[in-house]
Amino acid sequence: MRGNSFARFGNDLYSGKRSYPFVGKRNLWFTIAAVAVLVSIIIPIVKGGFNLGIDFRGGSEFTVSSVENTDITLGEQAVTSVVPDAVPSVTNIAPQTMRIQTERLSDDETLSVRDALISAYDVTAEEVTTNFVGPTWGEDVSRQALIGLVVFIGLAAILMALYFRTWKMSAAALIGLVVVMTVTAGLYSLSDFEVTPSAMIGFLTVLSYALYDTVVVFDKIKENTADLDVSTKRTFSEQVNLAVNQTLVRSINTSVVAVLPVASILFIGALLLGAGTLRDLSLALFIGIIIGTIGTLFIAAPMYAWLRMREPDIKRQEKRVLHRRSVEAADAVATT
Amino acid sequence: MPRTGPGTAAKRTLVWLGVMFALLAVLLGSGSIWGTASWSPKLALDLEGGTQMILAPQVQGGSDSITEEQLDQAVEIIRQRVDGSGVAEAEINTQSGRNVIVSLPGIPDAETRELIQASAQMEFRPVLFGGPGQAPAAEEPTPEEELPTPTAEPTDASDPNWITADIFSEFEALDCTSPEALEPAEEPAPADQPMVACEPNTQGKYILGPVEVPGTDIDSADFGMQRGAQGQSLNTWAVNIQFNAEGSETFREVTERLFAFGQGDPRNQFAIVLDGTIISAPTTNAVIPDGRPSISGSFTEESAAALAEQLKYGALPISFEIQSEQQISATLGADQLRLGLIAGVIGLILVAGYSLLQYRMLGLVTITSLVVAGLLTYLAICILGWTENYRLSLAGVAGLIVAIGQTADSFIVYFERIRDELRDGRGLVSAVENGWRRAKSTVLASKAVSLLAAVVLYFVAVGNVRGFAFTLGLTAIADLIVVFLFTHPVMRLLAMTKFFGEGHRFSGVDPKKLGVMPLYRGAGRIRMPSATPESAAPRTKNKAVSGEIARRTTIAERRLAEQKAHAARSNGTDQEEK
Repeated sequence: MRGNSFARFGNDLYSGKRSYPFVGKRNLWFTIAAVAVLVSIIIPIVKGGFNLGIDFRGGSEFTVSSVENTDITLGEQAVTSVVPDAVPSVTNIAPQTMRIQTERLSDDETLSVRDALISAYDVTAEEVTTNFVGPTWGEDVSRQALIGLVVFIGLAAILMALYFRTWKMSAAALIGLVVVMTVTAGLYSLSDFEVTPSAMIGFLTVLSYALYDTVVVFDKIKENTADLDVSTKRTFSEQVNLAVNQTLVRSINTSVVAVLPVASILFIGALLLGAGTLRDLSLALFIGIIIGTIGTLFIAAPMYAWLRMREPDIKRQEKRVLHRRSVEAADAVATT
Repeated sequence: MPRTGPGTAAKRTLVWLGVMFALLAVLLGSGSIWGTASWSPKLALDLEGGTQMILAPQVQGGSDSITEEQLDQAVEIIRQRVDGSGVAEAEINTQSGRNVIVSLPGIPDAETRELIQASAQMEFRPVLFGGPGQAPAAEEPTPEEELPTPTAEPTDASDPNWITADIFSEFEALDCTSPEALEPAEEPAPADQPMVACEPNTQGKYILGPVEVPGTDIDSADFGMQRGAQGQSLNTWAVNIQFNAEGSETFREVTERLFAFGQGDPRNQFAIVLDGTIISAPTTNAVIPDGRPSISGSFTEESAAALAEQLKYGALPISFEIQSEQQISATLGADQLRLGLIAGVIGLILVAGYSLLQYRMLGLVTITSLVVAGLLTYLAICILGWTENYRLSLAGVAGLIVAIGQTADSFIVYFERIRDELRDGRGLVSAVENGWRRAKSTVLASKAVSLLAAVVLYFVAVGNVRGFAFTLGLTAIADLIVVFLFTHPVMRLLAMTKFFGEGHRFSGVDPKKLGVMPLYRGAGRIRMPSATPESAAPRTKNKAVSGEIARRTTIAERRLAEQKAHAARSNGTDQEEK
C-alpha cells in the first residue's frame, strides 16, 4: 500500500515527526548548488559553446519523411549534385526520417535540392519539409526572448515582493531561479541536443514553473511565520524548515504530475519523431521541472531563512525560543 | 442549518459553470451553423502543412525603424501581391510590430516567393503610345519592315524615339485580358527605359516612357469631393496628391510638356505604375505648378479611396527580407500532431493513475476537473479560431500538455490543504472550507505568476513562442475557472456524502491514513483532566461547556501537546545538527 505509506509520510512531515534539514544543512546545499552552477558554466565552455540549431546559425534544412532507404550518402549526393561545393550534414533523426542541413541556399537551389531529394529518397513532394533561416532570425528570437525574460523576472519580483510583503522572498526566489536556469542550461548542453527556439520556449516555461513552485512553498512559509513575534514554539529557521517539509508531499506530487506528460512527450518525441519542436521543448522542461522543484526546496527556501536570520527581531525571537527550551529542559530534569 | 449553506452555494456555482459551458457551446454551435466556426480547432501550418515566411520589412534608404502604419501598409502590399498571384487562403499578419508573417497553404513557386519579397515600385511615366480598350494582343503583328524605328536619340521622356521595334512588338504581343499580364512584374523595368504595361481598370494597353517622378516623391495622398474653380464642391470624387519639393518641381516640368500635346494625343497622358501595372493613366488638363495635382474622373468613393491608398504606398518603398521560411509537408505536420496527441493522452493516463494512487477516490475529482478544464480550453480554442483566427500550432499543443501538470497542481495544493486540516482533527466539511480558504490565496498567487509569464511572453516573443504563451495563458485562466467553479463546489458536495464524510478507506480522506486516528486516541487520553498538560490547562478552564466546544478545545489541546512533543524533539535534533 504505497499510497498508505505515502500518506503516513505526509502525516509525519506535517506534524514534524519526520523532518528533513532543508534549512539546517543549508551550507551543504549552497555548496552543492555553487559547484553545480560552476560545472554548468564550464560544460558548455569545454564543449565549445552550445550546439546551436539552424534557427540560430542560419542555413537551409530539409526534412524528408516516410523514407524507405535511410542511406546518408543519398542525401549528400542529392545536395552536391545541385550545389557542388556544399557540405551537407545528413542525419537519420528518427525512423524513416532524414534531416539534411546545409549552409544557406538560394531560392533556386532550395527548390532544386528539394527535387533532388525527392527523387533520391523516392518520396512524394508532400514528404519534404524545407526550412530556410536568415542570418538574423536567431538573433531576433534570442533578443526577444531575453527581453521577455528580463521583463518577466522584473515584474515577477515586484509581484512577489508585494504579495509576500518582503523583498527578501523575491530575492531568495530569484537566487533560486538563477541556479535552476543555469543548471538546466548546463544539463541541456550536456545532452548535446540542439538549442532551438522550442528549447528556448522550454527554458522560459521552466522559468515560470520554477517561480510558480517557489511561490506555492513560500506561501506556506509566510503562513507558518506569520505569528512569529508572539510565538516561542519554533525559531524562524525551524518554521521555514517545517513549512518546506509540510509542503514536501505537494512538491513531490506536483513535480511528478508535471513531469509525467512531459516525459511522455520526451520519449515519444525522441523515439518516433526525432529532433523537433516537441523533443527539444520536452527535454528542457523535463530537466527544468525536476531542477526547479529541487531548487525551491534546497536553495530558495533556505536562502530566504538565511537572508532573514540576522534581522534583530528574528534573532530576539530565536533567543526567546532557546531560553524557553532550556528552562523546560531544566524543568524536565528537575521533575525526573 | 449549517450543512445546507455550503451545499446550496456549491450547487448554485455548479449551475453557473453549466450555464457558462452551455453559452460557449451555443455560441460555437450557432457559429458553425450560420458562421464559419468549426467544432475542431484551426491548425497552424506546422500541423497542417504549408509554407510560412517570416519577413522583416525594410524601408529603402530610410531609417531602420518602421512605424505601425508602415507595417500595416506593408501587410496590405503583400496581401495584394499574394491575392494577385492567385494563391487562395493566404494569411498575412504582423507580429510584435516588427515582422510580417505570410502563411500559405502548399508550396509557393519561385515567382510568388520573389513577388512577396520585392519592394513595391511606384513610378510616374509619360504615355508614348496606346490607350484604353486595347486590351487583347494584336491579331496580326505588324510586319517587321513597318515597325517604327527611332530616328534619333530621344531628347525627353515623351519623345516617340523611345519606341523601338522591340518595344512595339512587345506592345502588340501583350494580352491585357490574360490574368498573367496583370500579375505584378517580377523584375521591375529599369527606370531609364521605356516599358509596356496594362491598365486593368480600363482594359488599357500602353507604351510608357522612362520614369519621370518616382513614387517616393509623393508626400501624401488623400481623396475627397472635387472642388470647382470658386472652391465650391462639385459632386464628383477626386484623388489629391501632394508631392515633395523635388517632386513638385519635376511634376511642373512634366505637366508643362504633356499639357502642350493637347487633348487627344495619347502623349498628353501620364501613367502611375505600381509593381508594373498601371493603376491610373490620367490626362493632363493643366500645368501643375504647386505639386498638388488632383485626379478626377469616374471615381466612386471606394475607388477614389483605393487609389489614394495605393498612392500612399508610393511614398513607402518597402522591401522584405526573408527571416525564415518553412515549408512543412502535410505528412510531417500530421505525424507531429498525432504523436503530440498520443503523448498527451499517455501523459493524461499517467497523471490519472498517479492521482488515483495518491488520492484514491479524490483522484477522480482531479481527473474530472482536468477533463472539465480540457473541455473549456477546447471550446475556447475553437471559438478563438473562429473569431480571432487563432490557430493551434505544435508549440501550442506542447503548451497544452505542459499545462496538465500546472492545472493538476491547483488540485494538489487544495487537497493537501484539506488533508492538513483533517490532520488537525477537523471534520471533512470544515476541513474543505478551511483548506479552501488557505489554498485559494496560494492558487491565486501562483497562477498570477503563470499568467504574468504567459502575457509577457506573448507580447514580447516572436515566432512560435507566442503560440505556446497563448495556450499557457489560456489554460491558466481555464484552470482558475475550474478550481473555483468546479473543483471546490464538488468538494463541498462530496464532503457531505457518506463515502467521503465518513472517510471511507478508499476516499483519500480517510482519517486513519491521515494520522488523525492515533492522534485522536492520544487526544482521548489527554482529554482526561488528569492527563492534561499544564500548559494546556488555561485553554480548558471552562470544562462545563457544550460538547461542541469541548470537541474544539480538544483540537487545541491535541495540537498543543503535539507541539510540545515536537519542540522537545526538535530541540534534540537541533543539537545534533549543530
